Amino acid sequence: MTEPRSSTPGAVDREIPSSLNQLYQEVILDHYRKPRNKGHLDEATHAITMNNPLCGDVIELMLRVEGGSIVEARFLGRGCSISLASASMLTGRVRGRSLDQALELSGKFTHLLHGDEALLSDDDLGDLRTLAGVSKFPVRIKCALLAWNCLEELGDGTDEDRGPA
Amino acid sequence: MAETAEMTDTMRATGVPASERSSAPGGRRDPGEASDDGGWDLAAIRAQFPILSREVNGHPLAYLDNAASSQQPLRVLNRVERYLRREHANVHRGVHRLSAEATEAYEGARRAVATHAGTTDPAEIVFTRGTTEAVNLVASSWGDAFIAEGDEIVLTKMEHHSNLVPWQLLARRTGCSLRFVDVTPGGTLDLDDFDRLLGKRTRLVACTHVSNSLGTVNPVREIVDRAHAAGALTLIDGAQAAPHMLTDVAKTGCDFYAFSSHKMCGPTGVGALWARRELLEEMPPYQGGGEMISEVKLEGSSWAKVPHKFEAGTPNISGVVGFGEAARFLADLGSEAIEAHEGALKRAALERLDEIEGLRLYGPREERTAVFSFTYGDIHPHDLSTILDQRGIAIRAGHHCNQPLMDHYGISATARASFYFYNSPREIDALCDGLALAAEVFGGIA
Repeated sequence: MTEPRSSTPGAVDREIPSSLNQLYQEVILDHYRKPRNKGHLDEATHAITMNNPLCGDVIELMLRVEGGSIVEARFLGRGCSISLASASMLTGRVRGRSLDQALELSGKFTHLLHGDEALLSDDDLGDLRTLAGVSKFPVRIKCALLAWNCLEELGDGTDEDRGPA
Repeated sequence: MAETAEMTDTMRATGVPASERSSAPGGRRDPGEASDDGGWDLAAIRAQFPILSREVNGHPLAYLDNAASSQQPLRVLNRVERYLRREHANVHRGVHRLSAEATEAYEGARRAVATHAGTTDPAEIVFTRGTTEAVNLVASSWGDAFIAEGDEIVLTKMEHHSNLVPWQLLARRTGCSLRFVDVTPGGTLDLDDFDRLLGKRTRLVACTHVSNSLGTVNPVREIVDRAHAAGALTLIDGAQAAPHMLTDVAKTGCDFYAFSSHKMCGPTGVGALWARRELLEEMPPYQGGGEMISEVKLEGSSWAKVPHKFEAGTPNISGVVGFGEAARFLADLGSEAIEAHEGALKRAALERLDEIEGLRLYGPREERTAVFSFTYGDIHPHDLSTILDQRGIAIRAGHHCNQPLMDHYGISATARASFYFYNSPREIDALCDGLALAAEVFGGIA
C-alpha cells in the first residue's frame, strides 16, 4: 500500500494527502452536489428503501422496467458523498440494461471496491471507476454499496416483481 | 497499514510536545493553554495513557471520541494484569487463598465505585455489563414488578437508545405508555413541557444527566424534585456524566443512577447501577443463577442479599477490578481539577469552532460538557471523519444512538468531537486544521 503521508515540514496543513485526492475525485463531488436522476419515479415498477443502521444513511432506489430492460432509474435519500455519488452513478449506468445485466455490473463494481485493479480498464463501469479509491478505506465500502444493495434486493425475486412489462 | 503501533521509550520521552505543557512559552494565541493552570501537569497525565503516544496515518493521534469510549491509564492496565497474573479465582465461593484475594479485589472495587457514585453503602452498587444493562435491569426487575397498564413513564427526546428501547420493551410487556419531554432549539430540556407531562399516572422519570450528542448538562436536581413531587421515581443515565464530574447521587436525589466503566478510564463490558437500598430490597431478581441465591430447592429458592441478588453467575471480575482502579484514579486526579481542565478545553474549543464559517454547532452554550456535535457546510459527517482520520484525528460520525434527537433537528447525522481531561489544546488546533483540510478537499464549503 502506498503511504498517504503529507510530510513536507511546515507545509503539512495545506497539503491534501493523495489517498484523499483519490477518494474525493472531482467527478464524485460533482455527483454528490449535483446528483443525477434524484427524485421520485412515479411509474416505478420496482422500488425499495434501504438504510445503514449504523450511520442513519438512507437510499430509496426506484426502477421502471419495460420489456425486460430498465428504462428509467431514480433515487432519493440522504448520505455521504460516497453513497450519494454511487447512487447517482448507478441510476445512469443501469439504464438500458436488463436486471440481470445490472446485477452483473453490480458484481463488477463490488469487486472494484475490494481492490480488483484489473477492472480499472473495464469501460463497462464508466464513471464508477472513479470510486475505486474507496478500496483504500474499507469502512467506507458499505457507503459505496448502499444503492447497489438496493439493486441486489430488487434483482432477487424478479419473477413476481417484474411488474407490467 | 499506515499506523505505527508501538510506543517506544524514546517516544515516551518525546511523545508530548512542549506546547502541551502548562508552562509552554508564549507566542501562540491559545486560550485553552492560558487557563490551563492550577498544577494540572498535562504531559504527566498523558504519559499515563500509552495509547495517546500512537501515531495514526503519520500524525500524532488526537483522540476525540471519548464520549464513545475513553482510554485506559497504565494504572488500570497494570491493576487488571496483576489481578489476572496473581489473584484470579472465582469470587464469593472458595475458601482458598486466591478466592479470598479475588473476592477482596472485587468488593474493594465496589467500595471505590460506591465512593465515586457518592454513596457510603457499597451494597447499593450493583455491577452490570454497562449502563445499558443497568437500565435494562431496572426496566425488567422494577418495571415488571411495579408497572402496569395505564401507568406512564416520562422520558426525554434526547435519550440515548439505551435509555429508550428498554422502556419501549417494558411498554410492550405491560401496556404502560411513554411520554417524551421536548427539547428546545437550543438543545436543553423544555421544563414547562416536562411539567405538563407529569401527572398522577407518572410512575418513573428516566432522563440522561448529560446528553451524549449535545453535551447538555441537564438540571437533574430540578427534574428529580419535580418528579418526586408528582409521586414518581427517577432514573438518571449517568454514562456521560460519571466520567467528568463528581457523581454525588445524594445531591441529585434520584432513585436509580446508571453508568459505565469504559467511559471513565476503565475496561469495557462493566458498569454499575446505583439504587437506594430499600428499592433494591423490594425489587425481584433480574436474572437467576449462581451467586444470587440464598437457598435453592427444587420447588423454589430464596435470594441472596443485595447487591448479590442482582449479580447472577460469575461476574466480569477483572473488568470490575479495573473499573474500581479507574474510580480511584479519577478520585486521585480530583473532580475539581478534571472539571477545570475540561472547562478550559471546552471554552477554547467553542471559541475556535465559532470562528469557522459554515460550521453549525448543536447544543447549548452554557451548562454543557466538552462534547461538540456539529455539521460543516454540505460535507457529510462521514466524509469529515474520513478526512480527519487521515490527520490522525478520531471523531465520531453518525446519529450517536440518538435517532429521535437527529429527527428533531431534521438531520441524519452529525460529526462529534468529544474531549476528556487528557486532551490538549494542541488537539483543538489539529481538529480545526483538519476541518480546513476537509474544506479544501471539497473545494470549499457549500
